[in-house]
Amino acid sequence: MRRLILALAAGLVFGFGLTVSSMINPAKVLAFLDVAGGWDPSLALVMAAAVPVAGAGFVLGRRRQAPLAAPAFQPPAVRAIDRRLVAGAALFGVGWGLVGYCPGPALAALGVTVADPKGVDLAGAPLFILAMLVGMAAVAFIDRRVTRQRMNRVGAPAERPQVIKRPDAPSP
Amino acid sequence: MSGFTPTHALVGGALIGAATALLWLGLGRIAGISGIVGGLMTAARGDRIWRLAFLAGIMAAPVMYRLAGGAVPTGASGTGPTLVIVGGLLVGVGTRLAGGCTSGHGVCGLARLSPRSATATGVFMAVAALTVFLHRHVLGG
Repeated sequence: MRRLILALAAGLVFGFGLTVSSMINPAKVLAFLDVAGGWDPSLALVMAAAVPVAGAGFVLGRRRQAPLAAPAFQPPAVRAIDRRLVAGAALFGVGWGLVGYCPGPALAALGVTVADPKGVDLAGAPLFILAMLVGMAAVAFIDRRVTRQRMNRVGAPAERPQVIKRPDAPSP
Repeated sequence: MSGFTPTHALVGGALIGAATALLWLGLGRIAGISGIVGGLMTAARGDRIWRLAFLAGIMAAPVMYRLAGGAVPTGASGTGPTLVIVGGLLVGVGTRLAGGCTSGHGVCGLARLSPRSATATGVFMAVAALTVFLHRHVLGG
């Protein structure tokens, strides 16, 4: 129960951050990415504030054996800088640049749209989230098949085992 | 420069950082949104409820902010449905291949001084800026 309350609280604070900083607004995000247009540097400051505050949390965590409501810290397992990472980041960059939504802000915008379908002009969010889930499911499906094929090939060594691991977060 | 809102950006960013710290110190988890969403499809059943709680928080926050009288920025990007679908697919595939997005690599990864995340962040920032440049200034979209 404590775990759920903490997760919900963290999600709320995260969502307030996205709202206050206007990252929930794709036009604002695109204005940041539009270096050659009327560049709006606001989102650089969002990152500049978020990173050190998060960093303080990670430093504090080093002094503890375990988190408050879980048996162990779960840092990302993958450290590789490989083609999968670079290609994935590039594809993500194209999608982000086309629409102005990345996953967090799109979810926050979806919340607003669901709560007030008529009052808010963030109508792209539901369609975006749907397409994003399809894209994620496709990668999960292919990863699962590749993993199964590797396991079926008896005796064949896994060429790059880190490629088939699917971390739920970036590596340290 | 246009529409620069430094105070809101700094306050909002600090909140995002605080939420990241809270999820790490409370649950020992990385606050990477694409990873948390993607894990709903791949993680064990007992590992799903906290994800839903966190995501529910993200979705509820702007609604609560609005009910409390705050101004939730509106105004869609003006992107048509086809482009929204293409963009959504690319973001879904790309973030799962890269193992993170703006939050997981951009905030958590940089805060943890991860070379992998720094690489990913550099690539997606540069490609996104290039995409906007081509879309707005070359193709005139």
